[in-house]
Amino acid sequence: MIKDKIERKVVIPGEVIVKGEDYLPGEGAEKKGDEIITTRYGLAEESNKLIKVIALSGIYQPRRGNIIIGKVENITFYGWVIDIDCPEGAFLPLQEVPKYVNKDRLNDILDIEDMIVAKIIGVTNRGIDLTIKSRGLGKIDEGIIIKINSNRVPRVIGKEGSMINLIKKESDCNVTVGQNGLIWIKGNKIDDELLVKKAIMFVSEKSFTSGLTDEVKKWFEKEKKKTMEKSE
Amino acid sequence: MKTSRLTGKRIKEYLREGKRFDGRKPDEFREIFIETDISKKAEGSARVRIGKTEVVVGVKLEVSEPYSDSPDEGKLIVTSELLPLSSERFESGPPKFPAIELARLVDRAIRESKFIEFEKLCIKEGEKVWAVLIDIYSINDDGNLIDAAGIGALVALQTAKLPKYDEKNEKVLYGELTNKKIPLSKEIPIIVTIHKIGDNIIVDPTLEEEDVSEVRVTIGGATDGTIFSIQKGNSKEISIKDIYRILDLAEKTRKKFFLNIEKFLK
Amino acid sequence: MSTAKIFKRPDGRKPDEIRAMEAKVGVIPNANGSAMFSFGDTIAIAAVYGPRKMHPQHQQNPEKGTLRCNYSMLSFSVSERIKPGPNRRSTEISKITEWALEPVLMIKKYPNMVVDVHINILQANASTRCAGINAAALALAHAGIPMRDLVSSISIGKLDKQLVVDLNKEEEDWEEGEGSTDIPITMTPNGEITHIQLDGRITSEELKEVIGLAEKMTKEVYEVQKKALKDSIKI
Repeated sequence: MIKDKIERKVVIPGEVIVKGEDYLPGEGAEKKGDEIITTRYGLAEESNKLIKVIALSGIYQPRRGNIIIGKVENITFYGWVIDIDCPEGAFLPLQEVPKYVNKDRLNDILDIEDMIVAKIIGVTNRGIDLTIKSRGLGKIDEGIIIKINSNRVPRVIGKEGSMINLIKKESDCNVTVGQNGLIWIKGNKIDDELLVKKAIMFVSEKSFTSGLTDEVKKWFEKEKKKTMEKSE
Repeated sequence: MKTSRLTGKRIKEYLREGKRFDGRKPDEFREIFIETDISKKAEGSARVRIGKTEVVVGVKLEVSEPYSDSPDEGKLIVTSELLPLSSERFESGPPKFPAIELARLVDRAIRESKFIEFEKLCIKEGEKVWAVLIDIYSINDDGNLIDAAGIGALVALQTAKLPKYDEKNEKVLYGELTNKKIPLSKEIPIIVTIHKIGDNIIVDPTLEEEDVSEVRVTIGGATDGTIFSIQKGNSKEISIKDIYRILDLAEKTRKKFFLNIEKFLK
Repeated sequence: MSTAKIFKRPDGRKPDEIRAMEAKVGVIPNANGSAMFSFGDTIAIAAVYGPRKMHPQHQQNPEKGTLRCNYSMLSFSVSERIKPGPNRRSTEISKITEWALEPVLMIKKYPNMVVDVHINILQANASTRCAGINAAALALAHAGIPMRDLVSSISIGKLDKQLVVDLNKEEEDWEEGEGSTDIPITMTPNGEITHIQLDGRITSEELKEVIGLAEKMTKEVYEVQKKALKDSIKI
């Protein structure tokens, strides 16, 4: 007899999610004997006997290849120290900038308090190494930067970008989502940028609801109606 | 992380159109929520929320010797702590300048308005008077802690009841409250802090807006226009024209503010 | 030694009756995790910030993350106002709280980092350290800190010869007969003790009974904590 798939449920640390020899623990869970036990507060999900817990809170875990947004904190001889809202420090070395850098004029390229979109090229115990060499990376010129919990980022992006593309289309804005939870919004009008901010906060707060894409479509319709009514 | 300069630019641009990120007008306050009697061991207490900013204020009464230069008057001591639990920006340890300033701003407005009738707090001239101790704690900082603290202090004072005092044994019987309230005058000091961002002045900044604010002026005054206290904070200069605008906005806001909190001050 | 129903507690509770408990998470928006927990009139709030870089640097532990607890009572939380600032009692309770929570935290993978837990007591009617630990455990889970389990804390008392649970102030000050013995205990739902203190007068046999009672009672606390975490997410 095929057992029913385990339903998604909220689990707390120490809670037994399921009992059974053939289940395997994924992220946020561990195996003790024949029990899969929660190690992080979140939503337990099963896929093919792999039980993982989707965290809804907690700090960002940096991974190689992640696109992130950060702020220049300090300038040294060899590059820029970047704050990516993560306890491990991040660093952008001179060599990872796609133009010639005069060693005495680093601040001409990037100055303290500048915001950048960068890619993580390495995570070691010394810290996180960044690059801005590829397309789409570099200094952020204007717009607004907002912050959400990094665990909500997958929902804001959606399956194959479905959610973020919907938001971009409905608002006519450029949106770059950093895996660390910082998001850059740039549009032609501030009103549009704020609409994106509102939409992202909406999605972020409802990360665990299903059918969210449809809800968001309806939400945009409502918001646009509200704005039209206001201006009449 | 502090608000980025980029976002700050947008905040200023938007303000030039008279708009703020959360849809408020420059002279509008966020939703205010007030709860009284939130700590039963205090003689008076209040929880105030302005938007997501939250403070709790407690009033304790003690009997002590009066100050030598005012032997027939009660005392007022205001302290404040910016609790590390209320923001990643606050550290454990003795109060630093922002906490000290907040306490002094609230103290000044209350003291100069003569809101508390100190002569009526005398028990035995030269020997025993009531001391009113107001303690202010931040619970969540999303900007404008000062104004929230101001309301909290007012409401806690208004709702406080004096404990019984056993004169013979010189002991305050905490837990045995009388029906007597702290003697208060009709001059209610309302504290409003006005911030200047670019060329625009606003009330009740969020934390984001506070990060971008260049100069602020905290004014304690009554609804009839009388001003009891002023303090300018932060390092930018302001023109005379700006000060006039700020005074006008403060007066307008005080009146509106008072309507919001009136029912708690009965 | 019995918890027979004939004993009259000052507030009318049965010997094994805990005061009405309330727990809620997410009460401080700025924090990574936060919670409030109350036993009747005793109210504690806790906030977690971290894991984050540990300052000062010399306190960093290169082998694992550090838990740092700070317990403090608001000045007006008690009848006689407490002068603001740390005192010996709050310093000790801060450390006790750390020891009560550490065994269940899995912070080995956060070297050189610190998890800061701030606990404040808003209103006190005894059992404040227990309320604080319960709030802290919730805040840590809410913050997404990896944990083996929650911990649940309760005070067990002996009033003269009678065992009671969840002491209030009047019972702490009990003077009849053998007086009051106060035993705060913290346990995991699996019965592991992470914190135990005692002051008063008790025999070993009585203490064993206390621990058995604590095992039962902490499970009741656990259910309240569990509900707070589960109720906070609507799927």
